[in-house]
Amino acid sequence: MGRRTRSAAAMAIVPLLLLSFFHLLQFVSSTQEIRVLSAEKRIDLTSPIARVFLTLKVENYGAPEVPEILIAFSPTESEHLAILKASTVEGKRKKKTYVPLSVSPVSSPDAPNGAQLYSVTLRSPLQSGETTTVEALYVLTHSLEPFPTEISQSEPQLVYYRDSATILSPYTIVEQTVYIKTPSSKVESYTKVEPTARSGSETRYGPYHDRLPYSFSPVIVHFENNNPFAVVEELVREIEISHWGNLQIRDHYRLKHAGARHKGVFSRTIAALGYFYWVYDTYAKHPCRLDYQFRQSLSASFKTLLAMLPPRVHSVYYRDDIGNISSSHLRINSQKSELEIEPRYPLFGGWKATFTIGYGLPLQDFLFESSDGRRYLNFSFGCPLIETVVDDLTVKVILPEGSRNPTAAVPFPVNQHLEMTYSYLDVVGRTTLVLQKRNVVPEHNYPFQVYYDFNPIFMLAEPLMLVSSVFLFFVAYIAYVHIDLSIRRPLKTNS
Amino acid sequence: MLQPLNLNRIHRWGLQSPPASHRLLPCLIQPSMADPSEAKGEGSLRKAFGGVLGVFILLLIGTLAFSIRLFSVIKYESVIHEFDPYFNYRVTQFLTKNGIYDFWNWFDDRTWYPLGRVIGGTVYPGLTLTAGSIWWLLNNLNIPLSVETVCVFTAPIFSANAAWATYLLTKAPPSHQFEVKGTGAGLTAAALLAMVPSYISRSVAGSYDNEAVAIFALIFTFYLYIKTLNTGSLFYATLNALSYFYMVCSWGGYTFIINLIPMHVLLCIVTGRYSSRLYIAYAPLVVLGTLLASLVPVVGFNAVMTSEHFASFLVKCQEVFIILHVVALVYYIKGILSPKMFKVAMTLVVTIGIAVCSAVLAILIALVASSPTKGWSGRSLSLLDPTYASKYIPIIASVSEHQPPTWPSYFMDINVLAFLVPAGIVACFLPLSDASSFVILYIATSVYFSGVMVRLMLVLAPAACIMSGIALSEAFDAFTRSIKFQLPKLFEASPSDAGDTNRGTQDEPTKVDNNTPTEKTETTAKERPSEKHRKKEKKKLEKGKEIKEKGKENTDKVSNKPLNAKKLLVLPLEASAVAILLLLILGAFYVVHCVWAAAEAYSAPSIVLTSHSHDGLHVFDDFREAYAWLKHNTDVDDKVASWWDYGYQTTAMANRTVIVDNNTWNNTHIATVGTAMSSPEKPAWDIFNSLDVKYVLVVFGGLVGYSSDDINKFLWMVRIGGGVFPHIREPDYLRDGQYRIDAHATPTMLNCLMYKLSYYRFVETDGKGFDRVRGTEIGKKHFRLTHFEEVFTTHHWMVRIYKLKSPKNRIRGKSKKKTNPKTTSKINSNKNVKKNPWQ
Repeated sequence: MGRRTRSAAAMAIVPLLLLSFFHLLQFVSSTQEIRVLSAEKRIDLTSPIARVFLTLKVENYGAPEVPEILIAFSPTESEHLAILKASTVEGKRKKKTYVPLSVSPVSSPDAPNGAQLYSVTLRSPLQSGETTTVEALYVLTHSLEPFPTEISQSEPQLVYYRDSATILSPYTIVEQTVYIKTPSSKVESYTKVEPTARSGSETRYGPYHDRLPYSFSPVIVHFENNNPFAVVEELVREIEISHWGNLQIRDHYRLKHAGARHKGVFSRTIAALGYFYWVYDTYAKHPCRLDYQFRQSLSASFKTLLAMLPPRVHSVYYRDDIGNISSSHLRINSQKSELEIEPRYPLFGGWKATFTIGYGLPLQDFLFESSDGRRYLNFSFGCPLIETVVDDLTVKVILPEGSRNPTAAVPFPVNQHLEMTYSYLDVVGRTTLVLQKRNVVPEHNYPFQVYYDFNPIFMLAEPLMLVSSVFLFFVAYIAYVHIDLSIRRPLKTNS
Repeated sequence: MLQPLNLNRIHRWGLQSPPASHRLLPCLIQPSMADPSEAKGEGSLRKAFGGVLGVFILLLIGTLAFSIRLFSVIKYESVIHEFDPYFNYRVTQFLTKNGIYDFWNWFDDRTWYPLGRVIGGTVYPGLTLTAGSIWWLLNNLNIPLSVETVCVFTAPIFSANAAWATYLLTKAPPSHQFEVKGTGAGLTAAALLAMVPSYISRSVAGSYDNEAVAIFALIFTFYLYIKTLNTGSLFYATLNALSYFYMVCSWGGYTFIINLIPMHVLLCIVTGRYSSRLYIAYAPLVVLGTLLASLVPVVGFNAVMTSEHFASFLVKCQEVFIILHVVALVYYIKGILSPKMFKVAMTLVVTIGIAVCSAVLAILIALVASSPTKGWSGRSLSLLDPTYASKYIPIIASVSEHQPPTWPSYFMDINVLAFLVPAGIVACFLPLSDASSFVILYIATSVYFSGVMVRLMLVLAPAACIMSGIALSEAFDAFTRSIKFQLPKLFEASPSDAGDTNRGTQDEPTKVDNNTPTEKTETTAKERPSEKHRKKEKKKLEKGKEIKEKGKENTDKVSNKPLNAKKLLVLPLEASAVAILLLLILGAFYVVHCVWAAAEAYSAPSIVLTSHSHDGLHVFDDFREAYAWLKHNTDVDDKVASWWDYGYQTTAMANRTVIVDNNTWNNTHIATVGTAMSSPEKPAWDIFNSLDVKYVLVVFGGLVGYSSDDINKFLWMVRIGGGVFPHIREPDYLRDGQYRIDAHATPTMLNCLMYKLSYYRFVETDGKGFDRVRGTEIGKKHFRLTHFEEVFTTHHWMVRIYKLKSPKNRIRGKSKKKTNPKTTSKINSNKNVKKNPWQ
């Protein structure tokens, strides 16, 4: 209820906001004379992650050439923004190619109400009177808010999505349309900002004409989304390189169902979590199958997760801190490996689970030598579970003992620092490069590289150590046998 | 082919006669008995070779002991087993995380809520400290094994140690008297102990329990005692006290040691075997050992105060201690006084001594009698009177391992050793030494104790192994010796072929020649699976060969041998050959049985269950499912009530506070939970609410046929609850003396909380509510819960977790609105349940 009133209040202050935007308008766009001829925003809400495709046709009507254009996000959006990619279309019709453009955040104190601007650098500066089309994809996490916040086991899960009917932009937009795609046609309510139309699972806002910069008209869509809201609250990936030919991966997950919280009773018979059980019949002395009549579950609980692992994976394990979890399936083919895992119990809204997935990979698939003699690891960033948001991702690349000067090449900004890890019989420790990133989505599954220097002689350190210790043991034993340590006067015979 | 033959031969012959001075190579040709005139250098070479071989065999035995216990890891996974190991694991985790000082001061508020438990003062720290230091050492060497891994493999490692200790102990007793059988018997006993099922049952990988370490400590303490007794060295006496200290740290079974050793000392004194060595073996152990034992917090002054020790320390230990000193004094005075003076002094001392002793005894008896249980704890009382526990203490009787064993369990746990033990006892009597009398005493007492409690079968196992080792070794010795003595005679006859040798002996070689191949075929047919056996068999075969060779080439020596050898126990040739064959079959049977027991009977971790069906293996992992659910989806300070069996697991795996656990120290508290489970919903809710319980966990096997569930344990809850709260009466739950849950069950049964929590909505699974454990349809199928709500049920319904509903404001009038029971049964949604809390 509280949220609803707040949104109503937000709607009331919209005119005020618009006024203030209008005042700010002059000096923001005075530097560049750009307008957006047509804009289209397609919001895909079919999964728990909101994906937004933005197409802007931009025109430079001023005299100076424009090297970059700006995209604006509201403060909440920028907080939930996981990734922003921009590209431009080159060529016509069939030879259409998408050329990626570089994107960087702009610190703009002059943007109104804390709007965050990102600048997209164009391939070639936009000359006076020219137009270009920029396509942007951005992904928002945690932007679907379950309402009601608690549901019982058999109720559907309804969520709110909040956005603006008009596209937030520092430029005047001549014509714009916003499409919101929901998983089904079951939409409880949506804010109407005329012209608004709804057909099937798609709601359309617009077209609107000649909206001023930073114009904003909040809308709420309340719809059914029964997708499991799998959120990994924390994922620690340890990638350990052994130059003896193995790459060992250990992923420690803390998983949460971030959808509407489960309330009230739990019942296996309603849950419809499986259609039969294997039971051990004491009297028949053999297991028999027990079929049930289940009611189809509506709720957004989830039972299985799918992890995409690299091909040629071996020694896969799936466990948690109290032992092996016996419900998983591994399918391996030459292209990829799929690991289907079930948490120990089905996850309902608000329930949590922790587990660890570990596996080994052949080193030659991932470790290469660059032209300057350095070695580099080429591995995929991000979470192997499909359609999952990771709130806090830590990737630890544990380099072999004796490696130096690690540097990482990651295609997006991450925090990084070095630490030392001590593993089997280490003396100096293994240099570990730690990469941290918040708000990671499947779009981050992109290869990254870690370069380091390594002298192969270090591979022999531990075997030599073992050999010498065994040798020393025998030397010590021989010495002990031959030295008489007793205080007595030596007798004539040695025992 | 020659080389391995040679090795095996040396094992048989070389180890059995360590001082024998034979050449290594010539002994192929000259394998006769010890010849003292041989050169010493060659003898020592042979001895060294035998020693290396012995070490090698011991290593193999250690490997065998370790690896036979890994079936649980291979068949299931590397995980802690059962109940108590989870507690030990949790304590070890605490130790490794917080260090030793915090461990001693640990007050655990996660259990026995609201009382808590002082873990540091109530736990035997030996196992925990052992595993903790292993972990610490490994981690300091940068070997990052987890605490769990270390805990899982502690038991197998210590089984290997125990096997080695058995070797030492068995080798020790006869060594003083006749050294020949020492090593052979030691190795046999070690091999037997390495795979004795009784010990395997407590020490498979993952069974991280006190006994695993304690059996090693027990055997090692006995070994050091015997060693001290044989050598009279103070060094070993001190080591013995330290080893006893380790045993005290590890297991409550240390009382067995401190009872047995005084008994033995007394026996020695009574039978006139007093020596200064006996004094040194006993006095330092009592003084140092008791001082050290009282350093262990859980023992403390118990070491001298309770009757478990009265038996030992005051009544026996002390008395024996005094007697020992008196005897020592008498011997001393005897040495310095003239016989006449001695007589006078004797009468004086005896009169004073009797007066003082009777006074002390009177005081002691008064002290003991003044305490309510006469100073005995229930568990030890049930040792003396096996029916005591079942009569008076249901909580002890309810544990299956405290029951007296059945005959099949002897066969299951020590198998053929049961038949070999008498032979071993006989062997120990010829001749009787201090050491062998100790072993006899050990087996006699442990047989008694094992007859009282299944659990103490564990103490019997080493004794049985030692006895059987001695028996087997002696038997082999006797049989092979008689073969060895007689074979040459035969071969003497066969080459010379002349008519002057008698016909009877001429027949024998053919018999023997027939015998050996048939033996071979028989044994290979029967005992293919056991490697160990094959080795033996090979040994035997080649022994036959070498005996033949010997017979051929040593004709002149042979004639001497029967003359100078002790003529005892020369059996007929055929009889001894057949006997050897039978012994081998017996051994093979033992090995097969042990492997089967290790693989099938004792490896199940009991938190994961499996069942085989026509299309593969099915895993029932419900316990961990429930514990993981509790851990992740309840508040960290929530209290979970369950029957005490699941207390340790809940605290260790789910990290939630429990009301009662497997450390059954407070009967009233357990009775409270039992009463709650046996009460109707509302009183049960009141009891649980008063204990701040938020969740109630029940184990239910009715859906999948898991028979050790709470319904089957329920009568114990009633009994224990009724023992403290008399309004719970067992007959109310029984219909005509029968425990049933079907339609004929009593109303009290059908309305008690345990019934309701187990069978809530059970009828929805198959429409009939058929309980697969009890084999009936349940009595009351459609009912609703008013004060509890189901929050989680595992995949196979084996664990069900309920939450206590918070009390509602009572609205008058609403309680009258009752829905028709027929319609309510069909309504699945919980809304109705909520609306009428007073059904």
